Amino acid sequence: MSGDFLYPDYEIIRDFSRCTVCHDCERQCANGCHSYNEKLGRMVADNAKCVVCHRCVSMCPVSALKIVKTDHTFKQNANWTGDVIGDIYRQAGSGGVLLSSMGNPQKYPIYWDKILINASQVTNPSIDPLREPMETKLFLGGRPDRVEYDEKGQLKDNLPVHLSTQVPVLFSAMSYGSISRNAHEALAKAAAALGTYYNTGEGGLHEDFYQYADNTIVQVASGRFGVHKRYLDAGAAIEIKMGQGAKPGIGGHLPGSKITEDVSRTRMIPEGTDAISPAPHHDIYSIEDLRQLVYSLKEATSYKKPIIVKIAAVHNVAAIASGIARSGADIIAIDGFRGGTGAAPSRIRDNVGIPIELALAAVDERLRQEGIRNNVSIIAGGSIRSSADIVKAIALGADAVYIATAALLALGCHLCRACQLGRCNWGIATQRPDLTARLDPDAGARRLVNLVTAWNHEIKEMMGGMGINSIEALRGNRLMLRGIGLTEKELSILGIKHAGE
Amino acid sequence: MLKEGEVRIPAGCAISGIFSRAGKPISGGEIVSSISTMHDRSNGLGGGFAAYGIYPEYPEHFAFHLFYDSDAAKRACEAELKTFFTVADEGPIPTRKVPGVGNGPIIWRYFAAPRPEKMEALKMDEQEYTVRFVLRINRDIGGAYIFSSGKNMGVFKAVGFPEDVGEFYKLESYRGYSWTAHGRYPTNTPGWWGGAHPFALGQYTIVHNGEISSYDANRRFIEMFGYHCSLLTDTEVITYVFDYLNRVQGLSLEDIALVIAAPFWEEIDCMPEEQKRKLYYLRNMFASLLITGPFSIILGFDKGIMALNDRLKLRSMVAGEKDDRLYIASEECAIRVLAPQLDKFYAAQGGVPIIARLEEGTN
Repeated sequence: MSGDFLYPDYEIIRDFSRCTVCHDCERQCANGCHSYNEKLGRMVADNAKCVVCHRCVSMCPVSALKIVKTDHTFKQNANWTGDVIGDIYRQAGSGGVLLSSMGNPQKYPIYWDKILINASQVTNPSIDPLREPMETKLFLGGRPDRVEYDEKGQLKDNLPVHLSTQVPVLFSAMSYGSISRNAHEALAKAAAALGTYYNTGEGGLHEDFYQYADNTIVQVASGRFGVHKRYLDAGAAIEIKMGQGAKPGIGGHLPGSKITEDVSRTRMIPEGTDAISPAPHHDIYSIEDLRQLVYSLKEATSYKKPIIVKIAAVHNVAAIASGIARSGADIIAIDGFRGGTGAAPSRIRDNVGIPIELALAAVDERLRQEGIRNNVSIIAGGSIRSSADIVKAIALGADAVYIATAALLALGCHLCRACQLGRCNWGIATQRPDLTARLDPDAGARRLVNLVTAWNHEIKEMMGGMGINSIEALRGNRLMLRGIGLTEKELSILGIKHAGE
Repeated sequence: MLKEGEVRIPAGCAISGIFSRAGKPISGGEIVSSISTMHDRSNGLGGGFAAYGIYPEYPEHFAFHLFYDSDAAKRACEAELKTFFTVADEGPIPTRKVPGVGNGPIIWRYFAAPRPEKMEALKMDEQEYTVRFVLRINRDIGGAYIFSSGKNMGVFKAVGFPEDVGEFYKLESYRGYSWTAHGRYPTNTPGWWGGAHPFALGQYTIVHNGEISSYDANRRFIEMFGYHCSLLTDTEVITYVFDYLNRVQGLSLEDIALVIAAPFWEEIDCMPEEQKRKLYYLRNMFASLLITGPFSIILGFDKGIMALNDRLKLRSMVAGEKDDRLYIASEECAIRVLAPQLDKFYAAQGGVPIIARLEEGTN
């Protein structure tokens, strides 16, 4: 039925006065948008195939290409918008669940942009990070309630093992399979250079990357892909993935097209099969079961690794986090609803979960009310976009943040949100050798190091402006924040005052 | 206008301290002359003193100093006090009329001992019992404020310049082995007497000059352990931090300095292995009690005194020694006025505590 046809949302515009018919766009596009039309004697483009990844635009040597949002439109309707109508046509045609990638792009409030940061004036001095030490080193892990002394009256080191990072930023979980080997290598190398950590995600750890073990967090998810003794021993920490901000309540989706030989070996699943991890862990139906998995992993690794429990930010996140803090976990990672994904049902991505800002504030406050905030560390993620977001997250109560979308952007991702297709023209979310070869791991690592280093400089500048010279004194320091344009209720959940107060 | 405790008020200040290692009595008149030399560092919106060894007649009783806004508040508080403590003596704290000190609250003093059966029932030692009591009264009974609660020591404070406050309380009539003083320069204040410094809890008193940038991080951490910051001042939170680390966790004062004014990691990484391990432990364990921003504090405690500057040394503080005495002050003039010729004179180093205790056998 022809009703399934939808006019493409975006159009490829070519300036024929510039185009030299070099065919580079054709070679660059794995989606097959560009071709040469003999009859016309010029390059043509199929807009319907375009995912708006900008590869052709970036690579065109004469800047002959651009992508524009189409001005073609359905009859204007505030309720039945073009997107809504299009989705119905697609589902009526396919009978399937709509899939998409990366974080929730809908118009929900972004609280980071409604929070402002303080600075010193007169009554105390700001501190200049170019002239004075400015510390961003921190530890992540559990802490006991009391100090202990040995028989000689000396302090005993009764701290469990901690992660130690030079910057308050860690790379969040992205599995080998969802992203390419080269992308993983870039993340691993950057983490090592920065003195921080990257996270394997649920896809196991490639043999070649065991060398970066000291900077690796290994993940155990509901599918248990690639989990074995050596894998657990390899990581500096183990993360139990209970949920993901982009798709709370469901497991991972990796299409079979991305399960190549190498990925299959690392994941320990057959080549070409879809890797669908179960929605829950089938050995965790309640909090007491989580405790057993936490301690099973601790036992398996002789209590030498901190255990992170990662959850999606959902409505009762504070109570859940409180339960996790009492389950033996050393670190809680909270993933907001704007967190990225390699593939998720669109409806879930766009409608399930809550913003990280509110979830983080609620969790931090709840753990303090219960007097257990010092017993665990908190990593906040899902969607940290800049150094200012990081400063705000830490002042709200996070120990550190996870970034993933921002890291992929540094590697060249243009956020076209079509990772699930496996044809990433930037060599990131694909396993096709011709495409992955486009991402140079060393150049990628350099860009990641640049990004985090630049952010860390900015964090130091903002801390110095507040007269704070250690990131620890910023943690939970909500008096340094003010809301702008927020309701009383929002301010009370965030635990901050309004600007001008 | 919001009252103190409902809004956070930054303040600059002058501080001074005198301590006799030999435990010799020092007249309150001396500390008043010391702090008065720094008149321009205060603005008349708060002055106060802490004195140790001043109540030898009641060495084993907790000396509670209270401000009451009304007789009703006094009655309500006394009912609580007498439920939990046996009061050996009570009465108004002697004062004289001074032009620089306006009308204030009712000022009352009690010498009291915990009721053993109550203490037993709550399974607390007398320090914990008294601290919990003080925190509860200050939080729950409107119009009543316990501003001093240690043994054989006392705090005297009011709205006014410190020299006027000293005269008001007739401090020249008290003798103690240790005195600290504070002149306040708040940027705005409703002029509440309880907001003047020193701030005290149990045996600890703090006078502080500075504005800490870590305030809310420290406050939200310490409030997990039963403290309630009702004044929103730096001095209050610093006092609670000392109480928590010293009395509750058992850290030595030297180790507390390593927590709140910790050396920088770049210094720590150059230290001998054992010291390095200790600092890694302390900075990690009590990361949220690191205090940043400018501060100079003098902590008074039973049989001792401690001075500490922030790790960047963003506030002036100097010390002088003469015979058995240690002098500490924001400015040199406040020391020289009492002891023009000193055996030793030096600036407090950032993050390095100056600690003096009574010599063995004294007191």
